[in-house]
Amino acid sequence: MAPNSIHWFRKGLRLHDNPALREAVQGAATVRCVYFLDPWFAGSSNVGVNRWRFLLQCLEDLDSNLRKLNSRLFVIRGQPANVFPRLFKEWKISRLTFEYDSEPFGKERDAAIKKLAMEAGVEVIVKISHTLYNLDKIIELNGGQPPLTYKRFQTLISRLDPPEMPVETLSDTLMGSCITPISDDHGEKYGVPSLEELGFDTEGLPSAVWPGGETEALTRIERHLERKAWVANFERPRMNANSLLASPTGLSPYLRFGCLSCRLFYFKLTDLYRKVKKNSSPPLSLYGQLLWREFFYTAATNNPRFDKMEGNPICVRIPWDKNPEALAKWAEAKTGFPWIDAIMTQLRQEGWIHHLARHAVACFLTRGDLWISWEEGMKVFEELLLDADWSVNAGSWMWLSCSSFFQQFFHCYCPVGFGRRTDPNGDFIRRYLPVLRGFPAKFIYDPWNAPESVQAAAKCIIGLHYPKPMVHHAEASRLNIERMKQIYQQLSRYRGLVHRRLALTPLTPVHVPSWVRARSLFSTTPSILLSNGISSVRLYPHLWLTCSGGGRLVTFCLHPKI
Amino acid sequence: MKRGLQENEREEGGGPSAGSQETPDWTSKQRREEDEEEEDEGVNWECLPQEILLHIFQHLPLLDRAFASQVCRGWNQAFHMPELWRCFEFELNQPASSYLKATHPDLIKQIIKRHSNHLQYVSFKVDSSTESAEAACDILSQLVNCSLKTLGLISTARPSFMEMPKSHFISALTVVFVNSKSLSSLKIDDTPVDDPSLKVLVANNSDTLKLLKMSSCPHVSPAGIMCVADQCHGLRELALNYHLLSDELLIALSSERHVHLEHLRINVVSENPGQQFHSIKKSSWDAMVRHSPKFNLVMYFFIYEEEFDPFFRDEIPVTHLYFGRSVSKDVLGRVGLTCPRLVELVVCANGLRPLDEELIRIAQHCTQLSAIGLGECEVSCSAFVEFVKMCGDRLTQLSIMEEVLVPDHRYELDDIHWEVSKHLGRVWFPDMMPTW
Repeated sequence: MAPNSIHWFRKGLRLHDNPALREAVQGAATVRCVYFLDPWFAGSSNVGVNRWRFLLQCLEDLDSNLRKLNSRLFVIRGQPANVFPRLFKEWKISRLTFEYDSEPFGKERDAAIKKLAMEAGVEVIVKISHTLYNLDKIIELNGGQPPLTYKRFQTLISRLDPPEMPVETLSDTLMGSCITPISDDHGEKYGVPSLEELGFDTEGLPSAVWPGGETEALTRIERHLERKAWVANFERPRMNANSLLASPTGLSPYLRFGCLSCRLFYFKLTDLYRKVKKNSSPPLSLYGQLLWREFFYTAATNNPRFDKMEGNPICVRIPWDKNPEALAKWAEAKTGFPWIDAIMTQLRQEGWIHHLARHAVACFLTRGDLWISWEEGMKVFEELLLDADWSVNAGSWMWLSCSSFFQQFFHCYCPVGFGRRTDPNGDFIRRYLPVLRGFPAKFIYDPWNAPESVQAAAKCIIGLHYPKPMVHHAEASRLNIERMKQIYQQLSRYRGLVHRRLALTPLTPVHVPSWVRARSLFSTTPSILLSNGISSVRLYPHLWLTCSGGGRLVTFCLHPKI
Repeated sequence: MKRGLQENEREEGGGPSAGSQETPDWTSKQRREEDEEEEDEGVNWECLPQEILLHIFQHLPLLDRAFASQVCRGWNQAFHMPELWRCFEFELNQPASSYLKATHPDLIKQIIKRHSNHLQYVSFKVDSSTESAEAACDILSQLVNCSLKTLGLISTARPSFMEMPKSHFISALTVVFVNSKSLSSLKIDDTPVDDPSLKVLVANNSDTLKLLKMSSCPHVSPAGIMCVADQCHGLRELALNYHLLSDELLIALSSERHVHLEHLRINVVSENPGQQFHSIKKSSWDAMVRHSPKFNLVMYFFIYEEEFDPFFRDEIPVTHLYFGRSVSKDVLGRVGLTCPRLVELVVCANGLRPLDEELIRIAQHCTQLSAIGLGECEVSCSAFVEFVKMCGDRLTQLSIMEEVLVPDHRYELDDIHWEVSKHLGRVWFPDMMPTW
């Protein structure tokens, strides 16, 4: 009896390189592709209109491409755990397929669904295609723990077999005799909803700068590779004013939703490099964007508290300030620093900002100026940023706020200087903050320093038409660098102690016997650089678990054994 | 819990020889054999001598100690032994302004009631709310019986001690200064401490004061800090802002009666662009070096590029230099010529012109340099390799952001780390930032 299949779309919103989908149709009698508008995944209230629109456009695109194969997308309102049993019965399902989700909550959800399926006699097939590698293999290769430095990660990757080739796109041939029964009222029951139906007011909503969907993604990747080939240069391009603007070859949102297969991108990059450079081995830096994404997925997959400071074994406990007003000013682009506000405006309007812009605003919110928790910033990005998913967003915020991954904290991005050096003319500011258009380049990054005459000429009085700067940067950064130094100094001081309490990890405050603490309580380590001691992983969490009474420390080699 | 204690005993190498005055029952094999009903092989925890208990309790975090103290009267007594209350860190946080928990108010009351005269090493960690700062001062005011050796007032976020009424702060601090008489370490950065209170500090603790950290205390004047330097001849570590630094201060710290200074930390902070900074004579620095040849001079600069005029004109014995804002090529060039004792150089930002010459010069002249950190700067790969070659393996800290290195005709980004690693004698990579 040929099975009736369901393919469950979550991410992986594409028909190309979709091994799980292929399994669904292979030898099946019928196939139905479902997508749940599940409040848990697609986002609760913390998802902005741009992300919803992108998602809906992806679903529309899927539906339209499936139509070409005489199939349709079934958009189902509700929770998978509640609805699947009914669908299994109604459609007489005996096979369920989906793409592997490495995130902790995804794994939990999928385990529950697998159980349901088993009880209903449904075969479950899961395939890895959202990441280049099998993340568990990377972790295994690293002794059971995810690598916490990017260099270590790269070393491990270089020892693995290359990623699997992308599988062929779903086609009539692949479908074979498999069909999708479509009812007349499919549109009403299972159609892709509109933004209005989801409760958004779309009046005056500008058109999407980043249109969603697989079709768009595949067009973009061709453009992206054309541009690389034309430049014949695979170096990281120098940052200039133009880089700040949304690019028609940008790919990150499409990778996040799975409209573009990361493996396809990987192999196309490899092919192009070999053609242009006539060299058989591309350096790892070629895949930078993909590997960072992979790094964070790996770091997060076994850590359900990856997005929190409290109870997260890899996150340093920093005494962040609770300040909802300051946070709101940052989120709403009202900090009084044009560089920061322009970036946050672009983020809210379009849903994407350049990675250096992300560094600038993340630093400003956390360790640079406002000393607000990275968790708050992460939530704002989650709402507004198209390519932010749980692992990458949380990981990046921890990295940028120097809360993990052994980051040096001395480097603080100046909210005036950094922008000025990137775009001296200030066109980016003028584009997103039209109220400041009248300011000359000399003052556009720090308009509060402009004489009254200049402000009047620009028809923008600081304090009236545009806010005054919310902090004194020199003062704030001085304070904050001192705070970071205090915290890391405490960590390094505890480094020498062997502690037997398995529940504690060294990045959380360790109890120091009072007779130790009493001595030289405040005397300083003059250095501001995180010493090699800290970054050489004697603080690495799992090491402490293996410490024995003999004081033997397992040294974990940070450096690649190439 | 018991198992934990057992482990801790072993850690101490604690057997009967651990200084106890009587032969403890619990090591007796005989007793073990006799007492079959005892699960723990005849160990009678009630008979543990106080000294051993003390040792064990010292290794327990406060909460666990508190639980242990509920077990029996003996352990409760041990819990209150003075030795366990020498050192305490009061954490004062409000839920509205901090994510971290505060020290329980009942515990604070208990400490003030039963242990205030045991306290010797005390610190207060407060969050950004004024209430927390005021609570800290309230506690301080009640420590009349205290003879503190160490006191730290630490704001973990915004400097809330500056927001509270100054008089309240001063009077609380004065209580400690007057009663302690043997203060050795004092950390009062970002507080409204003033000249009169420093006088009180000096009047009562001049013999014992070894460490004083008072960066960013705007109410102190150069005269105020002179009073400290003149009287506190045991001072080894001092941290203050540049406006308090004077030739007289350095001379006073170099006087014969003064011990060797170990650590001088100076914050140079600009309030508004165009601020004028005074300069320090070379002779004053020379006197310091003669008197304390090994001292660390740590300078953190948070000033605008155009305000660097008075600095790095003459030789200055700075060992650790941090530029928290953008600093010009010109100034970095001068650093190479005027800082022979430089051990660590960290540059947050410079700009988009390569620092090749400046780095080479620093490698040539700063022969003690062992740590360097570069943020938003540019250095050509060749010059960087040259720099590393010249410094060799004395460079123990090389923290360069990836974007700093500009590839040129000799080196690509991908192979620079091999070159550098070769010359350093260990594997090295630049610092990376996520790009996604």
